[in-house]
Amino acid sequence: MTDTPARQRPISPHLTIYRLTWTMVMSIVHRITGSALYFGTLLLAWWLVAAAAGPKYFDTANAFFGSWFGQLILLGYTWALVHHMLGGIRHFIWDTGRGFGPERQTLARMTLIGSVAITILLWALALVLRS
Amino acid sequence: MSMRTPLSRIRGLGSAHHGTGHFWLQRLTAAANVFLLVILTGIVVTLVGRTHATVISTLSKPLVSVLFVAAIISVAIHMRIGMQVVIEDYVHTPFRKVVLLMLNTFFAWSVGLASVYAILKISFGP
Repeated sequence: MTDTPARQRPISPHLTIYRLTWTMVMSIVHRITGSALYFGTLLLAWWLVAAAAGPKYFDTANAFFGSWFGQLILLGYTWALVHHMLGGIRHFIWDTGRGFGPERQTLARMTLIGSVAITILLWALALVLRS
Repeated sequence: MSMRTPLSRIRGLGSAHHGTGHFWLQRLTAAANVFLLVILTGIVVTLVGRTHATVISTLSKPLVSVLFVAAIISVAIHMRIGMQVVIEDYVHTPFRKVVLLMLNTFFAWSVGLASVYAILKISFGP
């Protein structure tokens, strides 16, 4: 057997050559938020296990969630959850065979606007209930 | 001995030979997640900044506990399938792919079991 250099095969066009569109960005963000939520379940598990373990462990967990870094992560977590949920509802609309026309642009924008709005609403609600 | 032809047996099963099982399960759990997580997010929002005793008394209510367990199971199934798709899309080395798919399953089960155990412990008391 003689060593033959790997032949350069033509590759199909990929993300980098396309102009970014709303629908495309929202599709990518759906996958990114899904992956973030995947690892974010560790936070929920930690919170539940700490609550089960007793007040001392619970306070340790809460001290982290209450810090600026913890709050930043939780804010991102809230947005990722809401965004992924709205994206999922968009998928349900597509599953019925609707939403593939020009309205897909509107659907994509509504996913982002809706997720930001609901996130702000949830945090405002938490602040109001806390005081 | 099956009377079906080999072609009819594999028709519709696709490259993973599992048919539309994952496709359907992902939508089923998605629908369950929307319902369960809207309720649970509402409950968690009311628990922000509360003491350990208050959180425990809310989480140990039978309905809240059952909703949490249901949500954890549904989320664990949903996220395992979702991450499997991501791995299959981006990892093309057979060995690395198989290892990551195994880790994916272990992760989903670990997080799910730990969370369910915690909820049950809270619910049934010390």
